[in-house]
Amino acid sequence: MPLVVVGGLIFGFGLGLSHMARPEVVLDFLQFEDFGLLFVMGVGSIVAGAAFAIGTRFLDRAPLTGRAYARRLKSFDRNVLTGGVVFGVGWGVSGICPGAAYASLGIGNYPILLAIAGMFVGAYAQGVWRGRSDDADSAVATGD
Amino acid sequence: MEPLVTFGELFPHGIWRYAAGGALIGLGVAAIYLGTAIPAGASTFLESTLSYVSDVPRFNRAKYVASRDWRVAFTLSIVAGAAVYAVAFGDFGWTTEVSWWRLLGGGVLVGIGTRIGKGCTSGHGICGVGSVAPTSLVNVATFLVVAIVTAQLLQAAGVTP
Repeated sequence: MPLVVVGGLIFGFGLGLSHMARPEVVLDFLQFEDFGLLFVMGVGSIVAGAAFAIGTRFLDRAPLTGRAYARRLKSFDRNVLTGGVVFGVGWGVSGICPGAAYASLGIGNYPILLAIAGMFVGAYAQGVWRGRSDDADSAVATGD
Repeated sequence: MEPLVTFGELFPHGIWRYAAGGALIGLGVAAIYLGTAIPAGASTFLESTLSYVSDVPRFNRAKYVASRDWRVAFTLSIVAGAAVYAVAFGDFGWTTEVSWWRLLGGGVLVGIGTRIGKGCTSGHGICGVGSVAPTSLVNVATFLVVAIVTAQLLQAAGVTP
């Protein structure tokens, strides 16, 4: 848990420093007025990727949890595309994504609460809808 | 001959803050992953937190209930980390000009999309791309293209913040 806090602090500091916590900066990128965001995602994923690759070469299991490292390989299906499209429209409309929205609150941008509220509404609606349309999911969940 | 576009036109605010911010974002994710083997995505917080207040079975699946406490801590730390930045750099108190309907409407779509698509800009964009996961690369390419088209259409329609 302390490491999660430290990691979250660094993550949030980075989101603030990169200005990604400002919807305007994201929208400037999407409108081709400032390509700086390429460096945020590019450098971010390279640093993370390098750390994943180097760190897991020397460590077999996570020192704090004892869990084995597994690549984040989520299964591919049509939902990945559908979700990407819906997310893309939302990102293009608002200029916010989950992590950046939390960070935005940290820089005092209280109007972002609307976006965070929206995200909860969206996630809730999706969960309710998916729960109804997919019996297998609810069958699994009855165990807890 | 004049270049078609200059560096200053592509990056009117320079690149250091973007590169340095990106490096820290990657570092934060990497620290958590190497210590715990958890790929830290920011969007699962939405579902796992809903499990506190909702009886909907989908939100109460074991993986959400088991992770909801640290996800709250992670999210609060993101808020705190950004606040530390804002205070240190004299940036605190900045507020967006983007209209309320864009924030709210976009937020709803982001909430739906990230859950259908199994991740967001940090989960797929940083953790997934960082580990060269095909699913994440496809998801990121999709939302980038769609977001660019959406933002350009809104701009063309004359919507300013």
